Amino acid sequence: MTLDLPLIWVLIIAFGLMMYVVMDGFDLGIGILFPFVPRREDRDIMVNTVAPVWDGNETWLVLGGGGLLAGFPLAYSVLLSALYIPLVLMLTGLILRGVAFEFRFKADEAHRPFWSKAFAFGSYTAAFFQGAALGAFITGFKVTGPSYRGGALDWLSAFSVFTGLGVVVAYALLGSTWLTMKTVGQLQARMIVAARWITPVLLAGIVIVSLWTPLAHGAIAARWFSAPNIYYFAPVPILVVLTAWQLLVRLNGEPGAVPFLLTLFLLFLGYSGLAISLWPNIIPPAVSFRDAAAPESSLAFGLVGVVLIVPVILIYTGWSYWVFRGKVTDSEGYH
Amino acid sequence: MMHLDPLTLARIQFGFTVSFHIVFPAVTIGMASYLAVLEALWLIRKDAVYVDLYHFWSKVFAVNFAMGVVSGLVMAYQFGTNWSYFSTYAGGITGPLLAYEALTAFFLEAGFLGVMLFGWKKVGPGLHFFATLMVAAGTLISMTWILASNSWMQTPQGYAIEGGRMVPVDWWQIIFNPSFPYRLLHMGLAAYLATALYVAAAGAWNLLHGRDNPRVRTMFSMAMWMVLATAPIQILAGDQHGLNTLQYQPAKIAAVEGHWSNTPGESVPLILFGWPDMKAAVTRDAVEIPHLGSLILTHTWDGQIRGLDDFPPDERPNSAIVFWTFRVMVGLGGLMLLLGLGGAWLRWRGALYRQRPFLWFATAMGPSGIVAILAGWMTTEIGRQPWVVYNVMLTAQGVSDHSALAMSASLLVFIVLYVGVFGIGITYLLKLMARGPDRQTGATAPAEERPGGRPSRPLSAAPDIDPTAIIPGG
Ligand code: HDD
Ligand code: HEM
Ligand code: HEM
Repeated sequence: MTLDLPLIWVLIIAFGLMMYVVMDGFDLGIGILFPFVPRREDRDIMVNTVAPVWDGNETWLVLGGGGLLAGFPLAYSVLLSALYIPLVLMLTGLILRGVAFEFRFKADEAHRPFWSKAFAFGSYTAAFFQGAALGAFITGFKVTGPSYRGGALDWLSAFSVFTGLGVVVAYALLGSTWLTMKTVGQLQARMIVAARWITPVLLAGIVIVSLWTPLAHGAIAARWFSAPNIYYFAPVPILVVLTAWQLLVRLNGEPGAVPFLLTLFLLFLGYSGLAISLWPNIIPPAVSFRDAAAPESSLAFGLVGVVLIVPVILIYTGWSYWVFRGKVTDSEGYH
Repeated sequence: MMHLDPLTLARIQFGFTVSFHIVFPAVTIGMASYLAVLEALWLIRKDAVYVDLYHFWSKVFAVNFAMGVVSGLVMAYQFGTNWSYFSTYAGGITGPLLAYEALTAFFLEAGFLGVMLFGWKKVGPGLHFFATLMVAAGTLISMTWILASNSWMQTPQGYAIEGGRMVPVDWWQIIFNPSFPYRLLHMGLAAYLATALYVAAAGAWNLLHGRDNPRVRTMFSMAMWMVLATAPIQILAGDQHGLNTLQYQPAKIAAVEGHWSNTPGESVPLILFGWPDMKAAVTRDAVEIPHLGSLILTHTWDGQIRGLDDFPPDERPNSAIVFWTFRVMVGLGGLMLLLGLGGAWLRWRGALYRQRPFLWFATAMGPSGIVAILAGWMTTEIGRQPWVVYNVMLTAQGVSDHSALAMSASLLVFIVLYVGVFGIGITYLLKLMARGPDRQTGATAPAEERPGGRPSRPLSAAPDIDPTAIIPGG
């Protein structure tokens, strides 16, 4: 039996990107919520809940990029060229956000508010342009042979602006439910209120994208709305509605980890919906992952590493989260 | 002169961003190992000086690491955004190497960094030490992969060209390509040396400003031993590296030496100073030492090396630049050796911590490691031109199709952001180092830590750390 290497690799990259969205999403969400939490002690607690783990979360983005280059160099080249402007802006956001983690605490009193603003601004920028890139990806690119043939601003459209905002909202929900789980008292109460407001907004966003996408793209509409597909895929939207409803219900009393887990599930569903729409294209609308795959010898070499090492990574990452489990109550230091 | 076409802009952008990046990893690599040594010494000797130093330098490490991560993230994406044809053509080889770097190194560093910096009270001393070791190992593994990738671009082998792209044939040959062992050793030593010089400068500065205490003395002493040990090895390693380059990239060495042509039977002099003129194909105003070039590069009295005239004009690297970057690196290497020897002599005379001119010399040498690293990389990379993959793909063939406008705009964004953000970060680092290591183990520590009620942060969590809580009776 021979392994279907390109298929395995596309699943690996999908997994890496999902890990990224799930893990970096909530720490970007914390920056997005910053403007709504004026007290400095509260802000310090918010940052402390992710300080030990944010770097590991961002590493999934490096793996996503590195994996794409390793598995599908053509897709890496075309997508990154086509998305040049949103990606550069996303990177500037991540730079501001990443250094602000450290600088906020090292700065003199007078500079602190500046770095708090930089932290929030960087988080918004990174989240928005990730979403905009996603929107442009769904819309598709002009490609001939190995080259991107569109313009520098092709990525910009009403749809991509909308998906950009959608991702900001999604990360805000992840951030608020994460903080609901990790904090107590007034801050937690504030986060529960925030999550109650954000959930319906996100749900509305998901509904709009779900209608907009098939309306704009005939092929995607055909994929979803023809028999028998419609029966297989129907659980996705139904589960979305059920999950959102449960989320609102569970935000009462001492909610613990449940709202956060439900939010993760919600995003997972959104992600699956996208995968269904775009499969098997890696450069929509026309280049499939098979056409863009790296040579077999590259795929095989990389696969060995992924199979052996990713489980180990998951174990020690899990261990690190375990070490820092529980509520964070101290704005001064980590005990 | 320079034309600001997209290719030139892409090269400036890469050179600019990678030059900022390498400043941080070099210190991350050296500092992580230094922290591991400090923690080991503390566990063995149970002397509070070591844990104080650990906490002091881990603050510096944390800020430096964050800047290394975010500047590295840009690098990982730049291959696709700016060098898309290079990535399509050679990505089947450089891609898996980068993926392995992420898998084996970046996750390891990031996964254990949290415990290393925040976990003092969460895990036992053994486990904490393990976390520090894993972070240090991660930095070294990362260096290994990225240098394998870069060295392969310098001296490519183990590939075939099929369907208009490079296909890996033998991964062993790709990774262990001819220049890789030399580059790995040279860069690894450079990182250790640069960090030692950094630490020595902080120690010397504090000694000069009246903060003479066991912590400052210990760090200064450790750093001076390190400089003494690594500077001479680095010079030997550099010499061997040069011989290897002569074998595989003769045009680069000719450019480095400003050597244009040979007369049969005549030896090659060493040009100390001069001005290589690319148009006239001569090195003007040359100050030469006869035979020394032959001696160093061929280890014979009359040996010859190929001159730049042997290569068509469009395959000559810019000698005016690499001639000088190389001399900056080697000159600084000589000064480092002098610093190490001077320190040993003063130590023997019992004046290491008091000789003020020497302490000023050590302070001034603080950035020299970083400067030598940048000069070394410029020699290596500019000396490889016009090739991006040596003798296989031209740099001009690798660049993406962006307009000059898009490229200039993004370059401007990076320059403003990098100079602003990393400029401020480096200022914070310098301030931290100039303040020196406090005594952080006593009950009074929190007050000292917080002049003006500045809240300490988890990373500066020094006041929260009570070593007696970790080591029984410590
Ligand atoms: C000799 C060592 C060395 C060299 C030449 C480079 N790097 Fe680097 N890089 C490191 C050594 C390092 C490191 C020590 O491993 C860093 C520094 C701080 C850190 O977190 O890891 C790092 C960080 C770092 C990160 C962030 C990792 C994370 O999220 O934790 C990325 C994506 C890159 N690098 C990528 C690159 C690329 C694409 C380079 C080539 C142009 C490059 N690095 C040159
Ligand atoms: C980290 C230290 C490094 C420094 C300071 C450095 C410096 C430079 C400089 C100055 C250039 C521009 C050369 C020119 O335009 O003439 C360049 C180009 C380049 N370097 Fe490096 N480099 C470093 C590491 C690397 C590594 C590790 C890789 C590969 C993995 C790499 C790959 C490239 C590529 C692809 C280019 C662009 C094409 C080119 O102009 O040659 N560099 N680098
Ligand atoms: C004093 C004697 C030294 C000699 C003879 C020497 C020799 C060399 C040579 C020949 C190269 C170019 C290799 C190539 O492009 O293929 C190089 C590169 C380099 N050098 Fe040095 N070097 C010396 C000192 C130093 C010092 C003191 C440092 C830093 C602390 C340093 C850091 C580097 C770096 C980072 C590179 C680029 C990476 C590489 O190609 O290894 N060198 N050196």
